[in-house]
Amino acid sequence: MHASLVVSGLRKVYEGAGRRVEAVRDLTFTVDAGELVCLVGPSGCGKTTLLKCMAGLLAPTSGEVLLGGRRVSGPPPGMAFVFQEYGRSLFPWMRVGENVELPLRQKKLGRVRRRELVVDALESVGLADAAGAYPWQLSGGMQQRVAIARALAYEPEVLLMDEPFAAVDAQTRADLEDLVRRLWRRRGITVLFVTHDIDEAVYLGERVLVLSASPTVVREQLKVDLPEERDQLRTRVAPRFAELRTRVYEQIQAAKRGEPVVEDAPPPR
Amino acid sequence: MKDDPAGRRRPGTWGGRLLRALFVVALPALLFGLWWLASDGSTDVYWPPLRTILETFPDVWTRARLRADLLPSLLRLLAGYTSAAVVGIGLGTVIGSYRKVRAVCEPVLEFLRAVPPPVLVPVIMLFAGIGDTMKIVVIASGCVWPVLLNTIEGVRAVDSVMSETARSYGITGPARIRSVVLPSAGPQIFAGLRQALSIGIILMVISEMFAASNGLGFTIVQFQRGFAIPDMWTGILVLGLLGFLLSVLFQLVERRVLGWYHGLRDSSRRSP
Repeated sequence: MHASLVVSGLRKVYEGAGRRVEAVRDLTFTVDAGELVCLVGPSGCGKTTLLKCMAGLLAPTSGEVLLGGRRVSGPPPGMAFVFQEYGRSLFPWMRVGENVELPLRQKKLGRVRRRELVVDALESVGLADAAGAYPWQLSGGMQQRVAIARALAYEPEVLLMDEPFAAVDAQTRADLEDLVRRLWRRRGITVLFVTHDIDEAVYLGERVLVLSASPTVVREQLKVDLPEERDQLRTRVAPRFAELRTRVYEQIQAAKRGEPVVEDAPPPR
Repeated sequence: MKDDPAGRRRPGTWGGRLLRALFVVALPALLFGLWWLASDGSTDVYWPPLRTILETFPDVWTRARLRADLLPSLLRLLAGYTSAAVVGIGLGTVIGSYRKVRAVCEPVLEFLRAVPPPVLVPVIMLFAGIGDTMKIVVIASGCVWPVLLNTIEGVRAVDSVMSETARSYGITGPARIRSVVLPSAGPQIFAGLRQALSIGIILMVISEMFAASNGLGFTIVQFQRGFAIPDMWTGILVLGLLGFLLSVLFQLVERRVLGWYHGLRDSSRRSP
């Protein structure tokens, strides 16, 4: 049930009133089935545009996105999206349980199956007791957990996350990062995680894609050869972690200065 | 989780409740008292003492009279108001959802809204005759505007992230209207419904003053023409009471339907 995600030659140009903005120039990359890939780039580099094109929320100007070999032309049923703005992504008129359940109703799942999925998803984000609360009664971190639970219950093949932890405090953020790692390992979902936080990208990802400034291309792909088992204390002080984050940092700085991409730069060893 | 898990207002102590009730009653009681004192001993025919009006009240508003005059008025109001709500919310949802439809409709709506509804009474009489249909049409044609315009605004203002969330989870069509658009526009729609209610009561009375054989408006005009001035005043009191009761009822319904909205507002006020 786990699918790969292929982006090839993706280009997006916004046509405004007398203004043409090329947000994404030419993006080609692959996320293998069951992989966790982080995308980082300088701010304003078209990450959100890219993600929306991948989610079928925005039509690319040219190029295509393939999910499990099928071309994405609208929001595909095998994909779930977690937005940065949890407060605007959860429906405040529904209780937590109903929020998680709503997409499942749309999938025409039976009542029993829906219950199962909702309970299971809320349990796996540690919010088993919150089903009856309204989202606005929860803290920001908990609200984002609900959004993650809603995505999980949807049983996606691919999970897209758009800077999901940018708006929560640092401690909650660390917890949520570990949650994502844990869920990914347990469920084997393909995850594409967009962030502007370099440490977060290296800590979470199996691979980090560094994007250039807009108009966006892939600047560098970096394999994160840290051990599977990651830990907020030890992983972040490991020498290899420091090397990788330095490498990503340099690339982002170079991207900000608009330096050309050095082809086939060997990753540091 | 924040305190106060149900998200409702804390019920408060008995003392607090008593105090609140006192606040609610204080001003009406004061005004009534002033009226009583100011009118006591009045010999003006058109301005009878409140004492006289209140004494007349039970004789005028008997059970039979309530059934013969209040009930028809209420039924007309209910029919007109309900159809205005259905049409207003339905059309408003369509117009608010599509930018092109909105561009076409907006100038016409602005014009129609600007026409004061009582002006329509003679016109509507030409088409709908002088029966109940005419009165219901008059009420509906006045009530529909605030509902319609507020619904359009509310539907248009659905948050973009919420829309995208819904779309990405395949929530489209009727499910989107039911689960996302209408609840999100709910606070605005209710603001429109509230305005429509007071307009409805006014139009109910006015339509009954034109051509009617029963109803509150008809009765009040009858009393006035027959120089039964205290009786006329009791009719006005009944109207005031009716408006008050309907508004309380409306608030109860609103609190129930928009419970989430009040909770959300309270919670964001507590933690800015």
